[in-house]
Amino acid sequence: MDAYLNLDHVSIDFPTANGAFRALDNVNLKINKGEFVSIIGHSGCGKSTVMNIVGGLYQATEGGVVLQGKEVNEPGPDRAIVFQNHALFPWLTCYQNVELAVKSVSGHRRNRKQIREWVEHNLELVHMMHAKDKLPSEISGGMKQRVGIARALSMEPKVLLMDEPFGALDALTRAHLQDSLMEIQSELNNTVIMITHDVDEAVLLSDKIVMMTNGPAATIGEILEVNLPRPRKRLELADDQQYNHYRSEVIHFLHERHARKVA
Amino acid sequence: MKDKLIYFLELTGMTWFVPVVRMLAGEAPLKQAQLLVQMIGLPLLAMLIFLMLWHIGAAKVITSLGQVPGPTQVWEQSMVLLDEHRAERERERQFYERQELRNAERLAADPDAEVRIRPFTGRDTFIDQVQTSLKTVFVGFLLASLIAIPIGIVSGLSQNLYSAINPLIQILKPISPLAWLPIVTMVVSALYVTEDPMFSRSFVTSAIVVMLCSLWPTLINTAVGVSSIDRDLINVGRVLRLNYLTTVLKIVIPSSIPMIFTGLRISLGIGWMVLIAAEMLSQNPGLGKFVWDEFQNGSSTSLSRIMVAVLVIGGLGFVLDRIMLTLQKVFSYDKTAIIR
Ligand SMILES: Nc1ncnc2c1ncn2[C@@H]1O[C@H](COP(=O)(O)OP(=O)(O)OP(=O)(O)O)[C@@H](O)[C@H]1O
Ligand SMILES: [Mg+2]
Repeated sequence: MDAYLNLDHVSIDFPTANGAFRALDNVNLKINKGEFVSIIGHSGCGKSTVMNIVGGLYQATEGGVVLQGKEVNEPGPDRAIVFQNHALFPWLTCYQNVELAVKSVSGHRRNRKQIREWVEHNLELVHMMHAKDKLPSEISGGMKQRVGIARALSMEPKVLLMDEPFGALDALTRAHLQDSLMEIQSELNNTVIMITHDVDEAVLLSDKIVMMTNGPAATIGEILEVNLPRPRKRLELADDQQYNHYRSEVIHFLHERHARKVA
Repeated sequence: MKDKLIYFLELTGMTWFVPVVRMLAGEAPLKQAQLLVQMIGLPLLAMLIFLMLWHIGAAKVITSLGQVPGPTQVWEQSMVLLDEHRAERERERQFYERQELRNAERLAADPDAEVRIRPFTGRDTFIDQVQTSLKTVFVGFLLASLIAIPIGIVSGLSQNLYSAINPLIQILKPISPLAWLPIVTMVVSALYVTEDPMFSRSFVTSAIVVMLCSLWPTLINTAVGVSSIDRDLINVGRVLRLNYLTTVLKIVIPSSIPMIFTGLRISLGIGWMVLIAAEMLSQNPGLGKFVWDEFQNGSSTSLSRIMVAVLVIGGLGFVLDRIMLTLQKVFSYDKTAIIR
C-alpha cells in the first residue's frame, strides 16, 4: 500500500557559477493521510527546498513527489502554502485575501453566499473575524500569520505546507498560534508538513519529526515518531517524561551528531 | 468632519491648510500657530524676498526692448492678457448674435431661404493657448502611458524581454525633443493626410514629440516595479493557479502601482517641459508659440508678456505634478507612505 504523500528519491541541483550545487540528495519520505510532520534541521540544510519541491515551486532534478498516486510537478491549491512572512496581499483586507483564494480555487462550485460563508468560516477558525476588514499593515504579525493560515485552509488542500510559519513571532504569540493550530488540527485532521527551528514546537505539534542532515547534499538523517496522546497541553507536557525524552532525542541529533561545522 | 477635511488636504498635498483646520477646531492653538508660521510664513517670506530681488535686479538690465520687467509690470500684463481674452470672447458672442439676427430676418422674409452660421475666426488669446497646451500635453502623455505601462509590465515579468529591449530604451531615452521634431514633422506630414483632419497637423506633431519623450520614465519605472515584486506574492498566485491575465490584474499591477505612478509623474513633468519646446518649433498654437510670437513681435510689452507665460508654465507644471501625486496616493494601497 502506497503512502498518501511520497517523496521518492528526491535530489535537486541548483545551477551556480561554479557548476551544479547539489542541495538535496536522495530524500525519501512517506507521509500518511492526516499526519502532522515537522521537518527540523540547521539553517541552510535544505528544509525550504524540500517544501518547495512538494509545493511544486521547484522541480526535483531526480526522483519525484507522488500525492495520492499522482506525480505532482507544478504548484496547485491541493498543496496550500503558509509562507514564513505571511505573503498576504497588502492592498487587500484580511477578508479579501481569503476571498481571492476561495474565488480562484472553488469559485466555480460555490455561489456568492457560499463563498462569503466559507471565507468567514475560515477566518473564524483562526479567530480573525473581528479584524476581517483591516489591511495587513493594520494588524500584528501573529494576526497576519493567522490570516495566512486561514487563506491556506480555505483552499481545502490535501497537504498543508508551512515554512517556519511562526518563525518571525515572539515566544508568547507563537505559543498562542501553536495552540490554535492544534485546535484546528483536531477538528480538520489535515495532512501537514511544517518546517521549524524550534524543538519544542516540533515535539508539541507533530506525529513525526523529520531530522535533516547538514548540506550540501542534505538528506533525511532520522525520523522520530512522537506518540504522545492528543489533545496535548503544553503545561502538562512540560514535566512529562516521554515528552522530555523526545525533546532530548531531537536536541542530541541536532547538536551532537549533526552539529554545524561553521557557525 | 475635521479628520475627513485633514485627510483630504493631506491627500491633495495642500498640507499648508492642515494647521488652520486644526486651529479652528481648537486643537492646541499655540502649537498649530507655530506650525503655521513654519509652513506658510516661511515660504511666504522667501517669496517676498524673491520678488524684491527680482524688482531690484530687473531695473538694472536694459535690453533692446527696454528695461527687463519687474513684478509690477508682469502683473499688469497678466491683467491685460485676461482683458484681451474677455474682449475676444465678447466679439465672438456678438459675431454669432449678428448672424442669428440676420438669419432670423431672412427667414421671416422668405421661409425657404437657406441660412448658414459661419464659424468665428478670431485670433487665439493667451487663455486659448494655455488650453491648447494642456490638451496637447494630455494627449501626448496619455498615448505614452498607454504604450509604456503595458510594455513595462510585460518586460518586467520576462527577464528575456527586458534584456532584449533594454539597450533600445537606453539609446532612445536621452534623445532630445528637438532632435525628434524634424523627423516627426516629416513622418506626420507624410502619413497624416486626411481631407478634414480632426486635429491639426502641428497638434499631432507636438503630441507625438511629447509622447516620445515621456515614454521612458514610465516604462522603466513600471518594469523595475514589476520585476521587484515580492516573490512570495507571485508564488501565492502560482499556488492558486491564476492565469497570466489574472496574475497581472490582481497581483502585478496593484503591487507596482506606486512605482508606476512615480514613473508617470516624472513622465508628465518631462512631457510638459518638452511640449513648450516642441510648440515653439512646430508652430502648434500653445504656450510655446505664444512665447515665440511675442519674442518675434518685439514690442515694449513683449518681455512682460513672455514672463507671464513663463510663470504660468511653472504654475501649471506644479499643478499637474500635484494632481499626479494625489492620484498616486488615491491608488496606492500604502496611504501612509509619504511620497514627495
Ligand atoms: N534557488 C536557489 N538557487 C541556488 N541555491 C539555492 C536556491 N535555493 C536554495 N539554495 C541553496 O540550497 C541550500 C538549502 O537552502 P534552503 O533555503 O532550503 O535552506 P533551509 O533549510 O530552508 O534554511 P533556513 O532554515 O535558513 O530557511 C542552501 O545552501 C541554499 O543556498
Ligand atoms: Mg528556509
